[in-house]
Amino acid sequence: MKNNFFTYTKKQCSDLIKNIYSNKVVLMFLILCIFGISTTGKPLTYTVSEVFTRFSRNTFLVLALIIPVLAGLGLNFGIVVGAMAAQIAIFFVVYWKITGVSGLLLCFLISTPIAILFGYLVGVLYNKTKGSEMITGMVLAFFADGLYQFLFLFVIGGIIPISDKTLMIPPNGIGVKNTIDLTGNLKYSLDNISMLILARTILIISFIIVLANFLVNKKKEGRNSQIIKLILLPIAFGVTYIPMVNQFMGTDRLLLLDAITIACAIAIVYSLVKLISIRLVKKDKDTDINRFIAILIVAIISYALTYVPAIFEITLAVYLPVCTYATIILLCGFNRWLLSTRLGQNMRTVGQSRTVANSAGIHVNKTRIIAMCLSTLLAAWGQIIYLQNLGTFSTYGAHTMVGQYAIAALLVGGASVQMANNKQAVLGVILFHTLFVVAPLSASNLFGSSLIGEYFRVFICYGVIAVALAMHAWKSVIKPAMAKENK
Amino acid sequence: MNKHIKNIYQSIGLPRLIIFAFFILVFIMAGFYNMDVVALMSNILRRWGMYGILVLAMVPSIQCGNGPNFGVSLGIVCGLFGSLVSIELNIANAPIFADNKALGAWMSLLFAVALSSLIAWFVGMGYGVLLNRVKGSEMTVSTYVGFSVIAFMNILWVILPFQNGDIKWPIGGEGARNTISLANSFSEIMNNTGAIVIGNPETGLFIPTGLLLFFFLFCFIIYIFLKSKTGIAMSAAGANPNFAKASGINVNRTRIIGTALSTTLGAIGIITYAQSFGFLQMYNAPLMMGFSCVAAVLIGGASTTQARISHVIIGTFLFQGILVVALPVANQAMSDTDLSDIMRMIISNGIILYALTKAKGGATNEE
Repeated sequence: MKNNFFTYTKKQCSDLIKNIYSNKVVLMFLILCIFGISTTGKPLTYTVSEVFTRFSRNTFLVLALIIPVLAGLGLNFGIVVGAMAAQIAIFFVVYWKITGVSGLLLCFLISTPIAILFGYLVGVLYNKTKGSEMITGMVLAFFADGLYQFLFLFVIGGIIPISDKTLMIPPNGIGVKNTIDLTGNLKYSLDNISMLILARTILIISFIIVLANFLVNKKKEGRNSQIIKLILLPIAFGVTYIPMVNQFMGTDRLLLLDAITIACAIAIVYSLVKLISIRLVKKDKDTDINRFIAILIVAIISYALTYVPAIFEITLAVYLPVCTYATIILLCGFNRWLLSTRLGQNMRTVGQSRTVANSAGIHVNKTRIIAMCLSTLLAAWGQIIYLQNLGTFSTYGAHTMVGQYAIAALLVGGASVQMANNKQAVLGVILFHTLFVVAPLSASNLFGSSLIGEYFRVFICYGVIAVALAMHAWKSVIKPAMAKENK
Repeated sequence: MNKHIKNIYQSIGLPRLIIFAFFILVFIMAGFYNMDVVALMSNILRRWGMYGILVLAMVPSIQCGNGPNFGVSLGIVCGLFGSLVSIELNIANAPIFADNKALGAWMSLLFAVALSSLIAWFVGMGYGVLLNRVKGSEMTVSTYVGFSVIAFMNILWVILPFQNGDIKWPIGGEGARNTISLANSFSEIMNNTGAIVIGNPETGLFIPTGLLLFFFLFCFIIYIFLKSKTGIAMSAAGANPNFAKASGINVNRTRIIGTALSTTLGAIGIITYAQSFGFLQMYNAPLMMGFSCVAAVLIGGASTTQARISHVIIGTFLFQGILVVALPVANQAMSDTDLSDIMRMIISNGIILYALTKAKGGATNEE
């Protein structure tokens, strides 16, 4: 068994190295980031905490890009439209002076139908321009920006009467101000939700789901585990009332050290339970357990690493907004779950080949529209999360770079126009935003001019998209040619 | 008869009809609001010549099969560089032109044109090689190549060691200025050469003869080129690559020529633009210029696969005309507002979207 495990580890490591090597973009950015970090002239804690903040802000938006890629729509530059839907909602929520969590929920609620409508329209447009969705998306973003500005500069205040003039451009109240301060109403409204509320909500929801399942599905199989869940969930709910737990979970920010400890503990417990249940309870000799051993070892090592002084210092300096990270994890789960459903499989088929999908009886146009609706909706929610964390809503600028930054981040993670997954999105956000943080700092350190760094990071953003698009187009030109030659 | 009208309608297309009707409407409204229509006309003429060559740059690109050249910024930065060198060398104020200022200005302009055309031609050839590799998604790639080249040149504008006082910031500041005045070099030299003023010298209709002649000269050159053997081969390769290949045309070569020509025209176009404007706009100013140019040629009646010189002339006139006239009209209609930029965005991007939905190229619809 030991031998087995060694070969497993070896295989995993060599796969990882191969992956990195074949993904030159990731490798290049890794080197750039390491170089950048070493030349910032700022302590590492600064960079790391900045990156964590940006990670919580941006990841949701990047994850919103994955579904269209799988459905063969390429990189969806149209998520800008979703961001606009979110901003319309935010404006009205701020205007109605609804604050805190209820304001946030209202934002989600209002933006949802708008975003779905926009997504539908974008989907219809993309169906008319099959094969050139990306350029359509880019132009569409600018076109929609024009309409958006028209809405915010003339319609609001000009046609829709606005009684409270504090948000409007001073003299006559036509048009919305350049920036809207979200401090005191929506700022940190998601980040500040305490773990306690989050945990209780999740427990209640899952209890209801399990109960409904239990009552509706009267099949024999799985009955036991359902009963166990039905008993365990209220117990867990009760645990949150124990004073110590209550106190710990009452906060909304989690120290990185605690987060790592908890994650490691969960991983260790999970893998141990799995190992025991496979080897000792089920007495199953055939199931592959190497994966769980690997998880166990990685968890132990990463926990041990926190005792390294430099890392220890960082883990004490970074606080994570739990709820925001929970939404990101949920979205990752959703993306994975979607692929296992019939709809997700249909999307994949459409992405592979529209002809095949069509002859298999899949409504190609409909599937593409659904993918766009989902992506636009997620983008809208992502933009709300982004803005509530940022705290200032620049009315005419907040959405302009959303598409480009998100797409660049996804591409930096090693995704392509046809393939993207959660891992690439997460890796991409980390690398891209690390570079974003360190580029101006190290440029001012090296050249004595932060301007160069500013321009450099913009160049990186555009450049990586240009290179990725060119590589994709290049490959898809070469492939048919090769196929022809082989015949 | 009915069918005939329908055919004409389809070849013009609904958006163009709307835009044309809109142009007429704003013009009537301008008269209605008692605006200085003559001044508006002179402004339209000026901007017609100002943007003309930039829009003309779309024609070789579309004809050679690359679609509208969103990456015309590549040519634009070459033009900017050429102008900067011309200012840096201070050609306009060289001692030999001491007694003829206009000649000096022309010389510095022509030097800028010659230098930047030369650079742009080679850059365009490289760009053409890239676009040959990405057949089928030229528009997407070219947009981002255009964006990234602007961002890259931003770094260079900061680093390049220009010494001329017009280019550097007066005190402190790094690199070139945001807008560089051309007052000491070739500002408005084309506009003023042979200019005719009809009516009152102050308020009459100002016709920038030199500018328009320069524009028409280039239109004529491109027209001749398109009628030449190479030009016809290029158009054939653009319209149907397989057929062209079968008739012995080197498709990749004609595409490179088209792209290089387009880039060169972009370089010359930005110099024409800058001299008429009076300033060189550096950094991010040319970022979205490509989109306006594409929109103008599409408004003139071009599609993503076919464009003629007439489309350029009509399209630029209409597009710039709307922008010039609509701004004061909008200001009269709704005070304290800036509709023109929004309108530019909606019109230009709307027409591009329309053209994209009409394009039958790329992947075919399989339903």
